[in-house]
Amino acid sequence: MDFDLMITSLPKLLGATVVTLKLLSASLFFGLMIGLLFAILRLNKNIIINKFAYGYSYLFRGTPLLVQIFIIYFGLGQIEYLRSTFLWVVLKEPYWCAIIAFTLNTGAYTSEILRSAFQTIKPGIIEAGKSLGIPNKIIFYKIQIPIAIRQSLPAYGNEIILMMKGTSLASTVTLMDLTGVAKYIISTTFKPIEVFIVAGGIYLFMTFIIHNFIKYLEKKYSFSQ
Amino acid sequence: MELLAFGKTGWGDELFYATLMTIAVSVTAMFIGFFFALIFTPLKLSKFKSLNLIGNFYTTVIRGVPELLVIYLFFFGGSGAIMYVASIFGYFEYIEINAFITGSMAIGIISGAYSTEVFRGAIQSIDKGQFEAAKVLGINKFTQFYKIILPQMLRLAIPNLSNVWQITLKDTSLISVTGLVEIMRQSYIAAGSTRDPLFFYCFAAILYLMLTYISMKIINRLEIKYSRGY
Repeated sequence: MDFDLMITSLPKLLGATVVTLKLLSASLFFGLMIGLLFAILRLNKNIIINKFAYGYSYLFRGTPLLVQIFIIYFGLGQIEYLRSTFLWVVLKEPYWCAIIAFTLNTGAYTSEILRSAFQTIKPGIIEAGKSLGIPNKIIFYKIQIPIAIRQSLPAYGNEIILMMKGTSLASTVTLMDLTGVAKYIISTTFKPIEVFIVAGGIYLFMTFIIHNFIKYLEKKYSFSQ
Repeated sequence: MELLAFGKTGWGDELFYATLMTIAVSVTAMFIGFFFALIFTPLKLSKFKSLNLIGNFYTTVIRGVPELLVIYLFFFGGSGAIMYVASIFGYFEYIEINAFITGSMAIGIISGAYSTEVFRGAIQSIDKGQFEAAKVLGINKFTQFYKIILPQMLRLAIPNLSNVWQITLKDTSLISVTGLVEIMRQSYIAAGSTRDPLFFYCFAAILYLMLTYISMKIINRLEIKYSRGY
């Protein structure tokens, strides 16, 4: 055990954790919006819209995240037309490519989580709202969405942790996130176990915080029986 | 289309073998995972606190740390660890382990953590009376597990194991960083030499979709088979 290496690599790894957290928060934020949008589309009665939303979630849940990042980072740059549009400003940066890939990926999983949450809402609750003369729009925003969010908290907590682990793939497109820096230190010092313990410890700490935060939210928003 | 031709001109046969490699790694990793699950599930369910701790440590660490980091640990640390063990027995030559073995070990250990959780959940949802009845009949612990608990547990575990399989299948794409030529690595090579990454990565995505689709169909059949009589 090389404790000196563990201590000297800690500040570098903590610096890289900031990149990981930035990637995570950006992709979760955008992913939640996309997930909500597609969950609503999935509940639409129009079969074309419905199939489109299903196709999106099937495509992104059926392929590895690595393929998705590679298509966006290496693949899209190949299209000549894209290079001349303003989109290129975004797509030439590995940072934004990673965020786009993570957002689309977590959006697909989130849409499934939210859809099943919407479907488990008891029809009686919506009927009660209707019989009180509440407009459909307000039933949706004030009754269905809050209940669905509460229902989906445990599953969404898992998704956050999965996404946090997913951000490690950013290191494959030259981003120096926690895993990227860990790999760099391992390949220069050839001391994999020490670096793994420190980097893994940081990841575990983040998992622990997320897990407890979700537990706290679950308790806070639990139905009063 | 000529890019996908079989033979020397296209990448069809290379990608075909790469797909077989992906399947081989996933299946091997899944079995290694079962092996780990069979060790760690009893530990997690054990009455002894210290054994519980070992089981929980395994599943928590593996499920809380990114797969890529675990793979790097095995990739860079694997041969070092083997060489260390060999040096105890007096063998000091350089040993290089095959990328297939390192890759399937790494993915297998990850998959094992998920399988352990699935098995634990399945065993806990079996009626307590089953355990008691076995005890009353004087069946020993080993037979009780293999003849009574395991068959019932499998039925409950199959839907969740199918999720573990999907995760394992998708995780194998990460071994491409170690240089094992599976779908992702082969697409990377093909994309590099033809300068057509968009086509090859999209094709890789289609291959993965195909694999997940086919495995879903097979698992659905298994599910029907094992839930006969319920």
